[in-house]
Amino acid sequence: MSAAVRGNRWQSAAGWRNLFRDRPLIPLTALLAILVAIIEVADPGIVSPAWAGVILRASVPLAILAGCQTLSMLTGGIDLSVGAIASMAGFVTATFVNSPGGVPLGIGVALTAAIIAGLITGIGVGVFRVHPLIMTLGMSFVVLGLANVWQLQMVQTGAGVPAGLRTLGSGLLFDVVPYSLLVFVPVMLLILVGLRRSGYGRLLYAIGDNPVAARLSGARAWQVLIALYVISALLAAIAGLLLSGLTNTASVSLGDTSVLPSVAAAVIGGTSIMGGRGGYAGTIVGALILTVLTALLTVLGLPEATRQVVFGSIIVVVAAAYTRVTSES
Amino acid sequence: MTAATAPVDARLARATVILGSAVRRNIWTIALLALLVVLLLSAKVIQPRYGFIAIQGLGTSVLPLGLAAVAQAIVVIGGGIDLSIGSMMALTSVVAATAMTGQNEETGVVVVLGVLLLGLVLGGINGALVVTTRVPDIVVTLAMSFVWAGFALLVRAAPGGEAAQWLKDLAVGPLGNQWVPKAAVVMLLIVAIVWIPVARSKLGLSIYAIGSNSLAAFRSGVPVGRTRFLAYALTGLFAALAGLSLTASTGIGTPVPGPYTLESVAAVVLGGVSLAGGRGGVFGPIVAVVVLQMIRTDMTFLNIDSNLAIVAQGVILIGVLMSASLLEFRRTRR
Repeated sequence: MSAAVRGNRWQSAAGWRNLFRDRPLIPLTALLAILVAIIEVADPGIVSPAWAGVILRASVPLAILAGCQTLSMLTGGIDLSVGAIASMAGFVTATFVNSPGGVPLGIGVALTAAIIAGLITGIGVGVFRVHPLIMTLGMSFVVLGLANVWQLQMVQTGAGVPAGLRTLGSGLLFDVVPYSLLVFVPVMLLILVGLRRSGYGRLLYAIGDNPVAARLSGARAWQVLIALYVISALLAAIAGLLLSGLTNTASVSLGDTSVLPSVAAAVIGGTSIMGGRGGYAGTIVGALILTVLTALLTVLGLPEATRQVVFGSIIVVVAAAYTRVTSES
Repeated sequence: MTAATAPVDARLARATVILGSAVRRNIWTIALLALLVVLLLSAKVIQPRYGFIAIQGLGTSVLPLGLAAVAQAIVVIGGGIDLSIGSMMALTSVVAATAMTGQNEETGVVVVLGVLLLGLVLGGINGALVVTTRVPDIVVTLAMSFVWAGFALLVRAAPGGEAAQWLKDLAVGPLGNQWVPKAAVVMLLIVAIVWIPVARSKLGLSIYAIGSNSLAAFRSGVPVGRTRFLAYALTGLFAALAGLSLTASTGIGTPVPGPYTLESVAAVVLGGVSLAGGRGGVFGPIVAVVVLQMIRTDMTFLNIDSNLAIVAQGVILIGVLMSASLLEFRRTRR
């Protein structure tokens, strides 16, 4: 494409471009609203407070996992170990149901294991400079394998998702408000405020935007990265607990299918995988869009196959749109 | 610094460095081969019955991942990454198995050629999207992995189909000597026929150049976009070969992608290809795939829980990368 064509397009669509670049939440929310409108047209009467509650409930674990991706993508990384850690957390907790310590002990063990995994990932990425993609991929193998070993050890005790987690993950207050918001709202506020207002949040952006400049201005990247991957692993574990409660299953492969959608939600939300650009608000809307889209395709009676094709196409289109509006300014 | 004004000993030093780096590159593959020999010998020691039948099985079992690793290696050398390889394998595999159902052997040849063309097209679409949208490779191929997996499910909702007998024969059994698995010969032949001519050509040099430094490559007149597109197309071709090998070894097509995408990334990295691009070859990753499979076999013989083999794979991956980057770090410091 020649520069002249590009210039013309820039002028004619400058307003849209600026809107998209500076306030990505507006077009994203509009897209979400359009999807909801389409679903209402396709199946009149389906959109109700109860339906919104169900959608919210399904979005919460995905939104938390996408939070892990958002944070690590801001530094130019990615966290592929969230699926394994989430499954591990849900599964380990379930194996402790009949033990003397009960569910609290199980949750404690699961969170501790997640922190250890995150610490090792952080050391690998921060200190040893291993590529985050590979480091988290290797860590997901390790966590998955160890969880499988644990499964064989604990197979006698019998595993079931604790009732408390089931309520927290899938319960709806007055059939509308999901209880999982009790977990999600604090997490969301912490990430949103942390990214905007705290020094640590700034450091994440700084390292992702320009690592050299960040280092020269005194940022200790390795400390930031270790803290980042510990936080990410903790969030993944929390999401895993909610996910096991939501689906009422505790298996070592529970979170596997959520890894790629979590990256997708962050990408749709406007976080750049190259680092330094994005935020959590967009990611939340991205997770909602993906959930509503899934619901829409179900309503339309389209098979899983079509859903995947549409998912993939949307990610490419949205990511291309972002690249277009942000790269030539 | 230009070559003309440089003193002779500086040129000599540069030649030494080039030679040294070539040796170092080969040392990686040589070390992997040595490790493979150790693993094979220890398998024989632990389990005296370990013999040519197991070797033939090894050849068959590493064929799909080996070809997937070659596919991944090509695009990683070019400075990209393809997270849709597993899905492309699933799609090409189901297309092959479905198209061959109830057909005679001769039609199978046409189907295989068609599927290879399909692989080129799939990879080409990936590449065209990466080049035209300028979205990071990882995002595009991640998204396309959904798309290709979706198409695979549309072609065939459940595992099934048939494979031509000659195709199945290609992946199983010995060739000549009973210790030579036919699958290994097939894989080496494919790589020799497809990749080596490419690597020796201008295109191969361009792929290494854009992976090493795409700006420098652009300024020296390498058509960066076209090269990247062709690298992805080649990756698609090898993914199709890997998909065909899946159909050949199982006799059916399975629409759900296996663990091949991420395992191919792991194999590529263990095989000495730098994720930053521009460095490595395709033989290292193939050897790495065999080594990983042998580690699993040895652990099974030692009665170690097979799940710990997955852990070992992760630990090896992390450990190798940590030590590699530590060495790199020291070298740049010096």
